[in-house]
Amino acid sequence: MPGHLLIERPGLFSSLQDFGRVGYQRFGISASGAMDAVAMQAANALVGNEPGTAVIELTRLGIAAMVEGAATRFALAGADMTLAINGRPAEIWRAHALKAGDRMEIGKTMTGMRAYLAVGGGFDIAPTLGSLSTHSRSGIGGLDGRELRAGDRLPLRTGSAAPLLWLPPEHRPGNTDPFRVMLGPQDDFFSPAGIETFLGGDYRIGYKTDRMGMQLDGPRIEHAAGFNIVSDGIMNGSIQVPGSGQPIILLADRQTTGGYPKIATVIGPDLFRLGQSRPGEIVRFRRVTGEAAQAAAHAHEQMIADMIANMRAC
Amino acid sequence: MHTEHPTSPRLLDAGDGGLVVELGSAISESVNRQVIALGEMLERLALPGVREVVPTYRSLLILFDPLVTDRATLSERVLALWPPRDVAGDSTGHWLVPVLYGGEHGADLDFVAREHGLTTEEVIALHSGARYRVYMIGFAPGFAYLGGLPQAIHTGRRTDPRVTTPPRSVSIGGQQTAVSPPFALPSGWHLLGQTPVRSYDPRRADKPFLFAAGNTIRFAPISAAEYHALCAAAEAGEDVAVREEHA
Repeated sequence: MPGHLLIERPGLFSSLQDFGRVGYQRFGISASGAMDAVAMQAANALVGNEPGTAVIELTRLGIAAMVEGAATRFALAGADMTLAINGRPAEIWRAHALKAGDRMEIGKTMTGMRAYLAVGGGFDIAPTLGSLSTHSRSGIGGLDGRELRAGDRLPLRTGSAAPLLWLPPEHRPGNTDPFRVMLGPQDDFFSPAGIETFLGGDYRIGYKTDRMGMQLDGPRIEHAAGFNIVSDGIMNGSIQVPGSGQPIILLADRQTTGGYPKIATVIGPDLFRLGQSRPGEIVRFRRVTGEAAQAAAHAHEQMIADMIANMRAC
Repeated sequence: MHTEHPTSPRLLDAGDGGLVVELGSAISESVNRQVIALGEMLERLALPGVREVVPTYRSLLILFDPLVTDRATLSERVLALWPPRDVAGDSTGHWLVPVLYGGEHGADLDFVAREHGLTTEEVIALHSGARYRVYMIGFAPGFAYLGGLPQAIHTGRRTDPRVTTPPRSVSIGGQQTAVSPPFALPSGWHLLGQTPVRSYDPRRADKPFLFAAGNTIRFAPISAAEYHALCAAAEAGEDVAVREEHA
């Protein structure tokens, strides 16, 4: 019989996430989902899971947990959190076998924001509206709609018996290029100078940054046509600019609608890097065309396929 | 107004996986009806690569998989549907929603009355005397934005928004009124009352959301005793909103 993962120390903000909840934005339900979906897919592939199996997203500081009742396997991928198994240092981006009674301790990350813990077979928890992703603000999904706490017991499924895998460092994702954006949908609410400011400026990530959005601090973006619109739908990566002229990038847990004009949208292939960007760091933007963004989406899929193809048996 | 009915919608980029179909720039019932009709037509078409369609006041956001389809293909399909046949008529739901107005349940009722030189009874009569249209669900799960607030009680938003408001609040902001889901939410709108109705309830597995864009709602004032009885019934999982046959 499969066992449980007992959470002994919950970390700073640890929640179950998958690819997110699709089809319910029209009812006010936020999509949620992993902030770095590339690392989530890597962690899943390392233990032989389907790419969108729900994982634990760890933020800056990981969990301490014990396996109860059965053997399992797990892998950690994403930000470089320290990992120890039964007190001995262990590698991330690598699958590890655990037996009942084994403990994992996941520490802090010095670079990046989030790491993803996949267990073989995933967690035996019923999805809400088609997804296990947690939206803690509305109490939907995951484990009782909230982040993990000490004492939680997450039921495990039986995992794959395929070889344990490892991803060599040279195939791990990430770069420091500017974030690619497509202008719109409300770029006509900004003056040409305002758009130039946005595309040319250095923006520092503010401390009011979480799964819902990233506040940026930098050169003030000039509006041309006021800063209120009749509320409309919001994408993951939409960049809204309220009256302050300071942009906010809306992310996985964003509210579904909003009334500030959106100057641009970070393209899908670059969202995973936003999920690893820390308060205090500088972000820059680069404009791309729709055709270039579509080509980037295909290149991103290929990058993920190559990453998984480059995993080898431990 | 002819300007409310563009000869064709504006198509705006929202990244590599989003297309905004904008039908107008202001709040208008006729534009909103077209939004909902176009959204329903797109839903039924189930175009390859379309992940979801989000209708709002005056535009639709189409979320799509850029590996499967693209902006040009989608734009062509959307324009081929123009103008949309208005299907957001009597096929949708009409609701009677009970409300306990004032006191701790509607902390701003007195303010709204003073602001307009009315008695609280007059505000309640005005608010519960109109039939509202659900323009969109947004902001939070099941949060219903309603149009049709009588002009006599149009009230600008609070200068100091509340960090938290009671669950199931019925509030007004500008020319709109709203029903909150059963969570505490931040809000800058004026609180008139509280309803026992849960616009979102995950226990209704088949239909967690009560209202949809295009529905109509009337409010019925109730006493504190009725409110508490209905809250207990709702807590036990009963539906306490009344579905009406006709608007």
